[in-house]
This record gives sequence, structure tokens and C-alpha cells, in this order.
Amino acid sequence: MSYNSDSSVQEIQEVHIHRDDFGSKMGMWLFLFTEILLFGGLFILYAGYRFIYSEGFAAAATELDVLLGTINTVILLTSSLTVVLAIVALQKENKKLSLFFLWVTVICGLIFLVNKYFEWGAKFHHGVYPKGPALQNMSEGEVMYFGLYFVMTGLHGLHIVVGLIFIGYVMRQIQKDVITSSNFQKLENSGLYWHLVDIIWIFLFPLFYLIH
Amino acid sequence: MANGTIAAVPQTAEVNFYNVRTKHKGILSWLLTIDHKRIGIMYLFAVVFFFLVAMTIGVFMRLEMLTPGETFMKPQTYNSLFTLHGVIMIFLFIIPAVPAVFGNFFLPIQLGAQDVQFPKLNLLSWYLYVIGAVLALTSLFSGGGIMDTGWTFYVPYSIRTTTNVSLSVFAAFVLGFATILTGLNFITTIHRLRCPGMTWFRMPLFAWALYATSWIQVLATPVIGITLILIILERAFGIGIFDPALGGDPLLYQHMFWIYSHPAVYIMILPAMGVVSEIIPTFSKKTIFGYVPIAISSLAIALVGYLVWGHHMFSSGISDTSRVIFSLLTFFVALPSGIKIFNWVATLYKGSIEVTAPMLYVLLFIFIFSIGGLTGLVLGALNTDLHLTDTYFVVAHFHYVMFGGMGIIFFAALHYWFPKMFGKMYNEKVAKTAAVWIGIGFNMLYFPMFIMGYLGMPRRYYDYLPEFQKYHVFATVGSWVLVSGIIIMYINLAIALKRGKKAPDNPWGGTTLEWKTSSPPIMENFKEIPTVTTGPYDHSITESQEVKK
Repeated sequence: MSYNSDSSVQEIQEVHIHRDDFGSKMGMWLFLFTEILLFGGLFILYAGYRFIYSEGFAAAATELDVLLGTINTVILLTSSLTVVLAIVALQKENKKLSLFFLWVTVICGLIFLVNKYFEWGAKFHHGVYPKGPALQNMSEGEVMYFGLYFVMTGLHGLHIVVGLIFIGYVMRQIQKDVITSSNFQKLENSGLYWHLVDIIWIFLFPLFYLIH
Repeated sequence: MANGTIAAVPQTAEVNFYNVRTKHKGILSWLLTIDHKRIGIMYLFAVVFFFLVAMTIGVFMRLEMLTPGETFMKPQTYNSLFTLHGVIMIFLFIIPAVPAVFGNFFLPIQLGAQDVQFPKLNLLSWYLYVIGAVLALTSLFSGGGIMDTGWTFYVPYSIRTTTNVSLSVFAAFVLGFATILTGLNFITTIHRLRCPGMTWFRMPLFAWALYATSWIQVLATPVIGITLILIILERAFGIGIFDPALGGDPLLYQHMFWIYSHPAVYIMILPAMGVVSEIIPTFSKKTIFGYVPIAISSLAIALVGYLVWGHHMFSSGISDTSRVIFSLLTFFVALPSGIKIFNWVATLYKGSIEVTAPMLYVLLFIFIFSIGGLTGLVLGALNTDLHLTDTYFVVAHFHYVMFGGMGIIFFAALHYWFPKMFGKMYNEKVAKTAAVWIGIGFNMLYFPMFIMGYLGMPRRYYDYLPEFQKYHVFATVGSWVLVSGIIIMYINLAIALKRGKKAPDNPWGGTTLEWKTSSPPIMENFKEIPTVTTGPYDHSITESQEVKK
């Protein structure tokens, strides 16, 4: 926010736009706590229902494609690495390399989403969706498994989209030299957010794909 | 000055934040402001508006209960009204009232800062609050009619009813987001923006209370967020997570709901307790008794309060083991509250007490809140709870702690800080009269509910047996007394706003930093960042230069 160029008012501007990288990072961490609790609610429900319907969950889990899940896991882990490399590159004042790594991150995120699209699409094709025909013949446990599967991976996918928007915004700011080697907190914060999205997937993957 | 030193500046240089020149003119200078004081004032008017709306609904409900059977509305209308009353009061008034209004306005000033850590985020919170409020109001006039689930949105009814649950629930989700961002902002502000010399244990207790509150806001609200989203998904797609017909467990919904909503009552009450800890030393002319225990007990309440949600579910069918544990923890949470009450009363002891309007509200609070707190223990004990659950006893307890706790202290804070926020003095005599009316009306309205509940009058019922009528009539008359008191109070303040006498910088002889700046404060809060050398309530140094009234 900018004020009139009046000298007494000028002070106010400085007051409001003070820079505090540590404080900014702290705010981001607090926000990440809230995200963890948001997903935490779903993980609690998963735990509760897994306890009640352990057989149904085991049966339903075999219907997911472990290979596709593994590929997506590798892709996301790679993208987390490239985000870190982008930060390091910017710190070393290599703007071009930093932008390159961010592009790789974005492409990884997009590939992840495309894979998810095919995965969900195949499920829908077989009538596996809430209230879908295939679910009519399944046990309550299997229905619950797919209910949680769609909600949790869906919400996670939404977070990927948000993360990509953050990174896109940060890339624009790097191009315009707003984010630089001496002022890169926004880049670091979006990196933190991206790691969170990654970490949540690290838990979703075994819970849905690997435990049979 | 007791609390610290501020370099003297010529008075003529000060332009208060209402009159300061900003980039935008007129209404935009408010709507696009990132100044914490202006945002606090905008919250104040929104919050008071919604309070009056929900209060009016409450009056209509009481009027309906004047006689058994239909008095002047249909049962479905009554169901919608109690839902609306609860949703508006809780999500639009009680939760944001003290933190968003007085927290925004005074936290940075009390810390000797010039704004919160993230001013733009602060404005975003306000917009989310407004968007949530607009969505809530839209839900009344669209879809399948006004929601009739009660403010708890219990499944399976909330996924079966044809009324407009989805939009209302989404409104609550958006409001939750506003709460989270405010909490996040306050925590970082307290960590990062304390002025030189302001150590943790030199912070005013209001700041401590907000610190504890903010942590609950950040750590509990996301859980209700996801729960509400699941209700919407359940209604839209039938995913089955809470639907017993598809294998879902409604009890899990109750757990998820109360994991947030029990800590939420501490979001409501802790800031109010912080205000009490400000007002009592000021009007006792004495430092607070037990500063550290009061500060720590706020954190203790936040921590233990997180672990007692199961006491809302004693009759829902949870296991005996968990009921006993939740009951025990509930008793524990009474301890830190007791510590606070003890310390406040001990502060009064041998103080030079001045019963002004804010102090009168605080004394009223101690009386009412003690009743509310002790009846909470009756409900926290397993065997008595089974008798009293879902009766008017619960309604009475809830209003004694929430309205008697948070609501009354909202009035106290409004009177305490009114001169600082608006630079005007109100009519003290009228303010005190209103407080007395509110005190009498409050107890007339809610105390009979304890008796009715004990005798078996269930809550949320449209109809009742004739033998309850005498209590209902008494309570309804009480609601008129209470409301007239509230109206007198607001009119008095409105008149003061228009043509009150100019307020001095420190009308009460307060010692915290907000009393060391002008009334209303200048845009930057202080001409120079203050340096603090003593604790917040040091009355030991005579303040000869303070103008008393």
C-alpha cells in the first residue's frame, strides 16, 4: 500500500512495509501446521474406518495401480528436490538456473496431475465413484475405502494445483527481479508449501496403495 | 511513567488514525486499509450488527416459549430460529468479537508495535469474515430454506434434511479460514514485534490470552474445516464417510466436530479473561496478583481444553473408559480457570477499587462466570450429566459461560477502551444503569433454565408441559429486561460517539502501553517505538502528570 508523497505520511509507509524474513517464515510454518491438521482430520477418519473395516480396506486396496502410484511418488519426490535446487541456485545468483529448476518442478506437478486424471478416469470408467454402479456390489468397507480415497487424493490434488499457482507466481516475481538472491523468502515459503504437499503424498501412497 | 518511557513529542504533530491522509479517499480508505486499528473498527461494527440480529432472534424464541404450544410461530420456524441464533452468535459474534475487534486494535499497541506482522493478511481475514457472513445470510433466502439442524450440524440429520445446510456450512468454513489467519497473524506478531524491553513476562495479560487463543485457532479450526467440507461432499456426492446407510459412523462426526468445537469455547472465553486481567488492575490501582500463574493458566486452559471434547458425547454411546477419562480431564480444565478467578479476587483485595462501568461489568462477570463454571462441573460429572444432558440446564450453563463470560466482557471491553478507540467519553451514569439492567435481566432469563433443566425440560423443544410455564414466563420477562439494558447501553455509546466529551489520553489511569499514546491513537501508534522497563501493571510510581478525568 502506498501513501501520498507527503513527508510526514512517508514514515507510515516504512512502518507498514517492514521486512522480516524470519517472521514471514514463521507465519508459513504456522500455516503448514493448519494444513497438517486439515489432513490430520482425514487421517483420523482413515484410521478409525481401517480399524472397523480392515478386510474391506485390504480388498479394495488391491484395485489400485501400484505402478502408477509409485511413478507419481518418484515424480513428486523429484519435484521436491528441484524446488530446493531452485532456492540454492537463486542464492548463488544464478537466476536462469533457478527458473529452470522451477520449470522442472511445475512440469513434475503437471505430470502428477495428468497421472491422477487417468487413474481417477479409469475408476470412473469401471463405475467406481460415490454412488456409482460398481459400489452397489461392494461391501461397506470397500465403499468407505473409495470414499476416503477420492476425498483424500482429491484434496491432495487440489493442494498440488494451489502449489503450482504459488510457484508460478514466484517465477514471475523472479523474472521481474522482485525475488532476488538477497530477498528470496517468498520462494522459500512456496518451497515449504510444496514439501508439505509432497509429505502428505508420502503418507497417502502407502496407506492407499501399499497396505493390503 | 510506570511502564516505560516515551520521548516527549509536541502534541501538535499528532494526527489520529481517523484523520490521517491516506492514498484512498472516503469509504475506500476503510475498505482498502491495512491499518490494524481501522480493521478492528470495521470488525467492531460488523460484530455488533450480527449480535443485534441474533439477539432479536433470541427475543422471538423466548416470546414463542411464553405459552405451551403455538404462541405465534410454527415448529419449523422455531427450529430455524434456534439454529440461526446459534450459528450467528457463535460464528459471527462470539468467536471474532474480542480477538478480531479488540485484539486487532490493541494487541500491536500493547506490544509497542506499529501494526501486526502481516497487515495485508489481516485485511484478507476481514474480507473472509464478510464473505462468510454474506454466504450465511444468502443461505437463508436460497436453496431449500433456512437450516434447521442446530449449530452442531449433527449427522445423519444434516445430510438428510432438505434445508440449505451446504451453503451455511460452507459459510462456517470460510469464517474458520478468517479465524485461522487472524490467529496466525497474532502469534507471529507476538513473537516478532514486541518493542525493546518487552520480554514475554512483561507482556500485558491480554496479549498472553490472545497468544493462547491464537494457538487454539490455528490448531483446532482446520479440523472443523475438513469436517464441514465432508458434510458438503456427503450431501453433494454421497461419499458415505458419515452416512450410516453406507457404513459411515455418525459418532465419528461428533468426535470431529467437538475436537474443534470444544477448544472453540476457549477461543471464545480466553480473550475475555485477558480483558478482565487488564481491567481489574487498572481499577484497583494495584498490580495484578499472580501475573505468571494467570499467564501460564491461559496456556494450560488451551492445552487441557484440547483434550476434553468427549464430555459433549457422554450420552452418545462412547465407551465407559473414554467417558471416565474425559470426565477427569474436564475437572482438570476447571483448575486453571479457578486460578484466574482466585487471582482476580486477590487483586481486588486491599486495592483502591473504583467501580466504573467497565469494572461493574467485570464484577458481574466474576459472579456470573463462577455460576457458569461450577455448573459446568455438574455437567462434567458422568452420572449427573446423564440426567441433565440435552436439557435446559445445558442451555443455561452455556449462556452463563458464553454470554455471561464472553458477552458481558465484550461490553466491559467496549466501555474500557471506548475512549481510546474513539477519543470520546460516554455518560458513566447511564452506562452503569445499563450494566445493572443487564445483570438483573441476565439472571432472570437464564437462571430459571437451570431449574427447568433439572426438572427435565429438554432443550430445542418447541412445546412443553404446562407445569414449566411459570419458569418460561419468568425467563421471557427476563429477556425483555436484558434486551432493554443492552439497548440502553448501545444508545448511550452511540450518543457518546456523536457528541461525547473529548477523552483524555489516559482516562482510567491505566499502565499498559495503549494509555501512553493519544486518544484516538496516531497512525503509527507511537511517535517513537517505546522502551519498556517494568512489568505491565506497575502502579507503584505516582503518575503526577496523568490527568484523571
